[in-house]
Amino acid sequence: MRTIRAVALKEIQVYFSSPVAYIVALIFMALSGFFFVQDLGNPFPEASMSNFFQGATFLLIPLAPALTMRLLAEEQKLGTIELLLTSPVRDWEVIMGKYLASLAFLLFLLALTSYYVILLVAFATPDPGPIYSGYLGLVLYGMAALAVGILTSTLTSNQIVAAVVGIGILVALYATSFISNVVTGFWATVFTNLGFTAHFNDFDRGIIDSAHIVYFITATALFLFLAIRALESRRWR
Amino acid sequence: MAADTANENANAIGIAAGTESAGDTGDAMIAVQDLTHYYGPMPAVENVNFTVRRGEILGFLGPNGAGKTTTMRILTGFMPPTRGRVTVDGYDVVEKSLEVRRRVGYLPESVPLHTEMTVNGYLKYMGTLRGMPGRRIRSRIDDVIGLCRLNDYYKTHIGKLSKGFRQRVGIAQAILHEPEVLVLDEPTIGIDPIQVVETRSLIQELGQAQTVVLSSHILPEVSMICQRVLIIHEGHIVAADTPNNLAQHLRGVEQLEVEIGGPPAEVLPTLRRVAGVTEVTHHPRPGVNAYRVKYQEGSDLRDEIARTVVSQGWSLLSMQVSSMSLEEIFLRLTTAESASDAERHGGGPD
Repeated sequence: MRTIRAVALKEIQVYFSSPVAYIVALIFMALSGFFFVQDLGNPFPEASMSNFFQGATFLLIPLAPALTMRLLAEEQKLGTIELLLTSPVRDWEVIMGKYLASLAFLLFLLALTSYYVILLVAFATPDPGPIYSGYLGLVLYGMAALAVGILTSTLTSNQIVAAVVGIGILVALYATSFISNVVTGFWATVFTNLGFTAHFNDFDRGIIDSAHIVYFITATALFLFLAIRALESRRWR
Repeated sequence: MAADTANENANAIGIAAGTESAGDTGDAMIAVQDLTHYYGPMPAVENVNFTVRRGEILGFLGPNGAGKTTTMRILTGFMPPTRGRVTVDGYDVVEKSLEVRRRVGYLPESVPLHTEMTVNGYLKYMGTLRGMPGRRIRSRIDDVIGLCRLNDYYKTHIGKLSKGFRQRVGIAQAILHEPEVLVLDEPTIGIDPIQVVETRSLIQELGQAQTVVLSSHILPEVSMICQRVLIIHEGHIVAADTPNNLAQHLRGVEQLEVEIGGPPAEVLPTLRRVAGVTEVTHHPRPGVNAYRVKYQEGSDLRDEIARTVVSQGWSLLSMQVSSMSLEEIFLRLTTAESASDAERHGGGPD
């Protein structure tokens, strides 16, 4: 536990002392702000966060891998992984520490967006339910997206490759809903349920379905498990 | 097979190769049995056997790509061997990896450090990773910062330090948790001569309490610091002995560099007539005639040659025993190997 915390705290410090995180935060705030305001500019605006939530899931496709790309790729590039892994630290503790740091940064980003809610409450009377559920869904979605990024960062020592492959996987998981539109029957169901989008949309509508929670947690666990195995693979490579 | 050849050949020139029985682990801190590691189809090390006693300073000597780093990575539990068994303090590096890692301090060759951290912050981080309690981390950081002479750089970002100071930080993190075994991969590479001397004395100091394994490709360095030397070549141990014994056995190979003022046409045959001389070669340099004299093992012909030169009325300008460079030792060890190979194949019944 102490080593997970040590790894996580170190990475959080690096986040706040490097420009990447601030650039990610800037882009996220600017664009999510745009999504938030866009809907409110209609002639008959709705006091809801829905447009922000939908936009945020889209924004996280490039931003989640941007946050995670450094975490393991850089250690492999610099060779610091050698000292990390010859310390009495288990592989899963390394992955969890790194992952929790990226998750902490994401939560920080989402906390910044809470002023949208404050604005909404100050000037209108939004339905609080979908806001709670939407944030819950966004956190779950972000958890899974970051886990994908951790996996790709573990697989390579090149940060750009880690980010691009991570974005590719997230786009694929986002795009399954488009595939399900052009096929029917069994395959439509498979593709709908495979990707992130359909599972997120219920949260946006104010529905908290345990199936979707289980889906995102399973996806997170799966990608983190693969990342741990990838880190262990040095043992048989 | 290949290891046999190496041993045989090492014996042929009078060096006890790594043939210690790996079974006796009485006071052995590190025991390596039949260690083999492949990168793809290529063996990086093959059938390596050696033990390191508690409190011993062992030097790995070998050119780049000889298998030093691979062996060290396996010792430190970074990666498992393809075959063979390695134990540190009785713990297997594969099955009890965590126990091994708790007991080992490691400095990789490239000195990988987190450049965005301060010296103090980095050491604190490494201490926590090694499972040290907070109070001990603080007192040990004070200790190692003093030992490694980093006092003025306590709060400096590692990225701003010069190579020599980074090396010190690297050593500081390796000894932070007072490991029983220190593994240092090329600890003096790329730093200036004064720091090299400091680093060597630091290692000797540490070696009084700890078991140290270090690698180097500088022979004098290894003979200065280490109590025992393993010479690795192409993944095999070709010689293992104390530096003194190695030097003694290899003295037979040593040669004289003589500068003589006299007509080379006469000097050459005269030197060749001296009893015991096996080979004389002429190396004219501007203004000087230098000769390289090789002679039989175990004999010392300096006296004889000096007298001969003077009695001929020539001037003896200088005379020097040229010690063997690492390259020459390798050349000898490895060419002897292929020679004995050839002998065996030539004399075989096939």
